[in-house]
Amino acid sequence: MNPREQIFDAVRNHLPAEKIDYPQIPVFQKTITELLPAFEERLLEAGATFFLPADLKEAQQLLVQQHGGGSVICSATPDIKGNRDIRKVKNPHELADVDVGVIRASFGVAENGMVWLTEEDLVVNALGFLSQHLVILLKPTALVADMYDAYVKVSLEDTAYGCFMMGPSATADIGAVLVHGAQGARSLSVYLV
Amino acid sequence: MKVALFIPCYIDAIYPEAGIATYELLQRFGVTVEYPPNQTCCGQPMANEGDQGNSAAAEKLFVQNFSGYDYIVGPAGSCVKHVKQHFDAIPQTDEVKAVRANTWELVEFLHDVLRVDALPWAYFRYKATLHNSCSSIRGLGIAQPSELMGPYFNKSEHLLRMVEGLELVPMDRPDECCGFGGTFCVTDEAVSAKMGLDKIDDYIRNEAEFIISPDMSCLMHQQGIARKAGIDLKFIHIAQVLNGGPF
Amino acid sequence: MAAKRVDPAANAAAFLDQDDIHEPAHDQNLWAARMKRDAAAKAIPEWEELRNIASQIKEHTLTHLDQYLEQFEANATKRGAKIYWARDAAEHNQHVWNILNERKISSIIKSKSMLQEECGMTQFLETRGITVTESDLGERIQQLDNQPPSHIVMPAIHKTPADIAKIFSKAIGTDPDNTDPHYLNEAMREDARKRFLQAGAGMTGANFAIAETGTFVVCTNEGNADIGAAVPRVHIASIGIEKILPKVTDLGIFIRLLSRSALGTLATQYTSHFSGPRKGGELHIIITDNGRSKRLGMDDFWHSLKCIRCGACMNTCPVYRRSGGLSYGATYSGPIGIILDPTFDESKYSELPYHSTLCGSCTDVCPVKIDISDQILRWRKVMAEKKYLPISRRLAFTAAGRIFERPTLFHGVETVASAALKITPHFLLYNRALNPWGRHRELPHFAKQTFREWFMQYKLKNQEDKQQP
Ligand code: SF4
Repeated sequence: MNPREQIFDAVRNHLPAEKIDYPQIPVFQKTITELLPAFEERLLEAGATFFLPADLKEAQQLLVQQHGGGSVICSATPDIKGNRDIRKVKNPHELADVDVGVIRASFGVAENGMVWLTEEDLVVNALGFLSQHLVILLKPTALVADMYDAYVKVSLEDTAYGCFMMGPSATADIGAVLVHGAQGARSLSVYLV
Repeated sequence: MKVALFIPCYIDAIYPEAGIATYELLQRFGVTVEYPPNQTCCGQPMANEGDQGNSAAAEKLFVQNFSGYDYIVGPAGSCVKHVKQHFDAIPQTDEVKAVRANTWELVEFLHDVLRVDALPWAYFRYKATLHNSCSSIRGLGIAQPSELMGPYFNKSEHLLRMVEGLELVPMDRPDECCGFGGTFCVTDEAVSAKMGLDKIDDYIRNEAEFIISPDMSCLMHQQGIARKAGIDLKFIHIAQVLNGGPF
Repeated sequence: MAAKRVDPAANAAAFLDQDDIHEPAHDQNLWAARMKRDAAAKAIPEWEELRNIASQIKEHTLTHLDQYLEQFEANATKRGAKIYWARDAAEHNQHVWNILNERKISSIIKSKSMLQEECGMTQFLETRGITVTESDLGERIQQLDNQPPSHIVMPAIHKTPADIAKIFSKAIGTDPDNTDPHYLNEAMREDARKRFLQAGAGMTGANFAIAETGTFVVCTNEGNADIGAAVPRVHIASIGIEKILPKVTDLGIFIRLLSRSALGTLATQYTSHFSGPRKGGELHIIITDNGRSKRLGMDDFWHSLKCIRCGACMNTCPVYRRSGGLSYGATYSGPIGIILDPTFDESKYSELPYHSTLCGSCTDVCPVKIDISDQILRWRKVMAEKKYLPISRRLAFTAAGRIFERPTLFHGVETVASAALKITPHFLLYNRALNPWGRHRELPHFAKQTFREWFMQYKLKNQEDKQQP
C-alpha cells in the first residue's frame, strides 16, 4: 500500500462510529442595513482610508495628488493610468520597486471593510503584495452585507487566486502594538468610484 | 421535602461556621434538614488527579450516605459539580444517578428550588465583592460566564442584593480563576500564588472590604495569600451573609 | 530512549521569577485580546449559534473525513495542484526536500504553519543546506532567537520590545536601545523583502481546505503568505487532514469566528484562497496525517481535531497567561496544547494535564466548542492509569482513598488538628505539598469545633429541649 492508501485506510478504520449530520444553516438576520456607511466605517477601523471622487478623471487626479512625484505607479485596471505597464510584466520580481499598485475590486463587504481581489483583477498577483501602497477602486454600489453573502458571491471555480483584503498589512507581534506595513502594503486607500 | 446537608470535609474542619449558616438558613425557610453523620469526602481530590480507583471508594460511600433524599444540598460549588458531572468512577446504577441528579449547590437551591425573594433578617454593612468559583459559574451555571454571549444573570448576586446594607463592588476580571484548583495550588504553586495575588490586587483596586463566595475552597487559598502578604481583607461564605451569621 | 518529561510547573515558575516585567505584560496583553474577543463576539447576535454550527460542521466533516479528503484531492488536482500524501513528519519533510531538490532551490521563505512546526521541517531542511526564512514577524523573532513559537497566533508574545530590540540588533544590526515597534518592524520589513525576492519557493500552511472546490485558505495579517505565494515560482502548502471543510459557504461561518476569537478583529487583513497554481507558477500540496488519524480513533479525544488554531483558549487561560507558552515544552501550548501534545508522546507530556485549574474558560471560549477542560481531566485519568503520575502523588491518594472509605477513621483523625493536617483538607494531602502551600500562603486555621461536633451537640440539645415539658 502506498502512503495515500495507508492514510485513507487509517482514517476509515478510525472514523467515529456515530456519524454527525451536516447542520441546517439558518438565514441569519442582517444587522447592517445601510451598506456604504458601514463599509466606510469598517475601512477606517481596518487602517484603510477612503475617498469619493466624482468620476474616474477626478480619481486619476486624486492619485497624482496622493502619490505624485517620482512614484512608480502600476495599474491593473484600465480605469486608471500608471507609469508601469502590468501587461508587460513577465516575472513578479519586476514589481519589486512599485510604489503604488492600483486595482479594481469587484465587490466589498460592509461587515468588515474587505475588498475581493482575484488573480484576474490583479493581473499579476504580486502587485497586491509587493506594492508599497495600494489604491483600490470600488463601485460604491458593489457591496454585500456580510461574509455569508460574500461567500455566495465569490466564484472560486473561476479563479486560481482570490483574496479578501481588509486594509493594509498589519502586525502586533512586537509588544502587542499595532503597526501597519509589516510585509504587504503600508497603506490602502479605497476610491469609491 | 427530604433534604440532606452535604458538608464537604474542609468546611467541616476549617469553616464550620459556613456549615452552621447553611443549616440555619435552610431551616429559616421551613426546610427539614438532615445531616447524614457518616459522610466524608466526595472524592473530588482523587478524581481530579485522575485517580479513578481511589475516587471510586469515596463515591460509593457518598451514594450510601445520600441515597433516598429529595435534595442533597452542599455549600460548595466545586464539590457539588464533582458529584453532578464527574461522579463516574463507579457503575452508574439508578441509585447513583438519582443521587447525582438530586445534588444541589446552596445558591442554586435557594434561587431555583426555594425561589427565595426576601432575606429580612440579613444585614451586612460592608463594601464587598463576589467571587463565584469557576465550578459554580462554568460548571453549574449559577451565573452567565463572561465567555458566553447571552443575557446576564448571576444567582449569587441576585440573592446578595436582598441583603440590607451590603454594597457590592464590581471587579476588573469578575470570573477569572483565582488559582486554587485543588491540588494545583500546591503542585503548581508559583502560578497558583500569582493568580491568587492578582485576584487580591483586583479586590484592593476596587476597594472591597469583604470577599463573599459560595465556594470556601477558593477563599481558603485567597485568604492564605492575603494573610501571608499582610493584607487585611476578609473572606466569608455566602451562607453566612445570607443567614446573617455566624460571623 | 524516552524523551525527558516536561515539567510545566517548574518552567512556569522560572518564567514568573525572571523579573516583574515579562509575566505581567504577557498576562495583560493576552487578557486584552480576550477582552477584544468578547466585544467582537457580543456584536454578533448569532454568536453562540455560530459556534454550534461550526462545531457541527467540523464533526460532520471529521466523521466523513475519507469522503471529503477524496473530494478535495480530486478537485485540487483538477485545478492543477500536485498532491502529495505524508503519513508522518518524516514523509512530509521528505516531500518538501524532494520538491526543492529537483528544482535546485536553495532558499525558501515560509509563512506561519503549525504543521511544519510539528514536523520540525525547518531544522530538517537547514541540515540539508536550505536557507529557511520565517516571514511572519513573530515567527521570525522566534527563529532568530532559536526558540519555537510560544503562542500559535502570537509567536513572540512572551517577549518584550526590549528583548526583540536586542535580538534584532545582533541579527540585522538595529540599534539595541531603540525599542519602538515601528522602527523594529520597518527594519525587519527591509530585511525580509530581500529574502522574499531571493527565495526559490514560498511555503504556507492552510487554515481551511474546501472539498467542494479544491481550494485552501490562508489567513494572515501581514500578507506574508501572499508574498511567498505570489513572488517565487513554486508554492508548497502543508495541510493537515483535519483542515477540510465541505463547502465554500462554510467559510462564511468560520471566517467570521476565526479572527474574532483570536484577536477580537473582524477578520485577518488577508484571507486568501488558493485553487490551483497561479499563472506561471507551481502549486504543491502535502496532505499530512502525522498522528491525526490515530487521534480520530480516540473516543475521548477526537473532538480536539475540530480545532481551528485560533488561540482563544490560550488567551483566556489564566494558567497559560502566567506561564508563558514555552513552559509547555511542546509545539502546542496552552489548553489546546495540553490535549494535543500527549497524543504525540504520553510520557514526555504526562505532566501537562496537571498544569490547569480546570476552570473551564477554554471550553466556553472555543469557537468550535471543543470540550477542552473535560479532555484535560480525561487525560489525567489516562496518565494515572498508565502510571505516569509521580510516585508521591500516587501514594498520597492511595492513603487518602483508604481513609475516605472509612468514616470512623476519617472522623477520628479529623478532630485532632495535628493529625488532621496529614489528611485534611484535601489539597494538603501529601507531605511534599505542605511546604509549597506555606511559601506563598498562611495555613488555614483549624476550627476549635468541627461542623460535625457542633451538629451533634446541637441535636442533643434540641432533643433535650423537646423532652423537657
Ligand atoms: S481549541 Fe478552540 S479555542 Fe483553542 S485554538 Fe483550537 S479552536 Fe481555538
